[in-house]
Amino acid sequence: MASVTIEGVRKSYGSVEVLHGVDVAIDEGEFVVLVGPSGCGKSTLLRMLAGLEHITSGQIRIGERVVNDLAPKERDIAMVFQNYALYPHLTVAENMGFSLMLAGAKRAAIAEKVRPAAEILGLAHLLDRYPRMLSGGQRQRVAMGRAIVRDPQVFLFDEPLSNLDAKLRVTMRSEIKNLHQRLKTTTVYVTHDQIEAMTMADKIVVMHDGIVEQIGAPLELYDRPDNLFVAGFIGSPAMNMIPGTLEEGGFRAKDGTLLPVTRRGSARPGQALIYGLRPELMTAGGDVPLVVEVTEPTGAETHVVGKLGGVEITGVFRDRIDVASGGTMTVGIDPSGVHLFDEASGKRVSD
Amino acid sequence: MMPGPDQARNARDAAPARARRGLWSRLSESQNGLGFLFMLPAAIFLLFFLTYPLGLGVWLGFTDTRIGREGVFIGLENYLWLFDDPVFWLTVFNTVFYTTIASVAKFGLGLWLALILNRHLPFKNFFRAIILLPWVVPTVLSAMAFWWIFDSQFSIISWSLMKMGLIDQPINFLGDPWTARWSVIAANVWRGIPFVAISLLAGLQTIPQSLNEAAAIDGATPWQRFRKVTLPLLTPIIAVVMTFSVLFTFTDFQLIYVLTRGGPVNATHLMATLSFQRAIPGGQLGEGAAIAVAMIPFLLAAILFSFFGLQRRKWQQGQD
Repeated sequence: MASVTIEGVRKSYGSVEVLHGVDVAIDEGEFVVLVGPSGCGKSTLLRMLAGLEHITSGQIRIGERVVNDLAPKERDIAMVFQNYALYPHLTVAENMGFSLMLAGAKRAAIAEKVRPAAEILGLAHLLDRYPRMLSGGQRQRVAMGRAIVRDPQVFLFDEPLSNLDAKLRVTMRSEIKNLHQRLKTTTVYVTHDQIEAMTMADKIVVMHDGIVEQIGAPLELYDRPDNLFVAGFIGSPAMNMIPGTLEEGGFRAKDGTLLPVTRRGSARPGQALIYGLRPELMTAGGDVPLVVEVTEPTGAETHVVGKLGGVEITGVFRDRIDVASGGTMTVGIDPSGVHLFDEASGKRVSD
Repeated sequence: MMPGPDQARNARDAAPARARRGLWSRLSESQNGLGFLFMLPAAIFLLFFLTYPLGLGVWLGFTDTRIGREGVFIGLENYLWLFDDPVFWLTVFNTVFYTTIASVAKFGLGLWLALILNRHLPFKNFFRAIILLPWVVPTVLSAMAFWWIFDSQFSIISWSLMKMGLIDQPINFLGDPWTARWSVIAANVWRGIPFVAISLLAGLQTIPQSLNEAAAIDGATPWQRFRKVTLPLLTPIIAVVMTFSVLFTFTDFQLIYVLTRGGPVNATHLMATLSFQRAIPGGQLGEGAAIAVAMIPFLLAAILFSFFGLQRRKWQQGQD
């Protein structure tokens, strides 16, 4: 186990800079998820950590050791690839023991390490199979087994679940989290799926266009997004964003609707702002009109898509809503959960 | 193909009309008949241009046919005669030697070139294109060029070595049995490398980059990555490529015919050139055919070795 420190890391391909100075501190044993839309540089950062990409400038330390110029094998890391990268010509056991075999370990010593790892992952009965004969989830487990056998300082996962179907993804998600809780190895996990990030991480690093937008615990990011990007990226259905201006009595949306505000923070009256409202913070019955377009009952809750304050929003209600398309319902808003962002800079202004 | 339900229904519907219709319309309306029609051109082509000549060659080998005279069946006489012919056995040795050395060299150099071309090089596409040149040039043309390179007086190799002071007189490349053997092998290797290199390069490109990265993280040195990951994954393609290469080399004719015509004193005579020499200039069609037929066991052995020994890997097969 070791901490990982990423300081002022930049990456350029020729004259194109894809990472513009990234700082992340990862504590020992922490499960950190790098999340962001495709092309944000999260995979590049992970590959630089693994030693598969050169670090243009900045510093990466694993423990106390600067690893900038170390070869991948000297960094004491293990990586699980998106396509698993299992050696097709080796059996499951040979795949898992490959690193030990390269290190010149004896046959018996390899078997001794492979077996418990296989048992943790429920692969013990598959040890003699070739990767070709395995299902997607089993291949995924073998890839993790290969990482576990190495007993590294840091586990790296590069979108490991994106090749699995939705149901298996949920299972593997909790398996990986379980594994981390058992082994307590520092883990860096890359994904574009914010649900994976929310459910698995101790700490989330939200990246966008080569910079870090915000770092924090999952619920911290959810409850207190620093800017519009994080606000829109974290949470599903996404946060509703209603443009308007702040007045004495509340927030005046572009179409004249008055919305309640309590936490004004540094917002000045007259400032052009975005009113950020989580879908579940609305309750049926109140004084704000919502023109219903579509209702989507899911059983436990009802999703309502409609117009509020002049823009399209989504609301999630615990009640069963029965309003025809085009009809109007009224909703109440809990002002303590409302976020205000500056429209021009996208920065958070409410406290 | 299994007859489907549609076909069965069609056949039933067509039954009353069958008497009135011709063979053509019946053929073109049944699935099997139509399949047969579509395969017919290819089948005829193969029959006339492959099966017939091969059968004729085997038959001629059992006769004493000469040019201009019909032969009669003489059983194994041609083969018995060849069995006692030292020149025949010399060509067998030459052919095996030529094929073995040239194939090993083509494999080694071709794989090396493929590995280099598989890296991120500047002007990669340019190099990939020029590497094909030796293969694109007609054999006779390149053989003529080698003929000059190996000339006993004007050879550029001899000239260069003499200028460097390494030798005092020109090398008699094609005049001495062993130098002649090595010279024709060199020419064959030069010509055969592009095929091996480009085919193996195609094979290398099917190996995902992430396997190499995973091996690097697992602690493999570059040599171990090649030896434990790249090479095993390339084996099936190596098997196919080298089988073809061995077959081409074993049956080589043009290069020898232009460079040495089998000389000096039959030192570079291959089975193919001897077969031609006995059959056409020598007029002994039966004997020439027997020599050609004698190549078949060698070729079959090469194919079977490659198929059973190298091509079918356990890990490639699907569900057990």
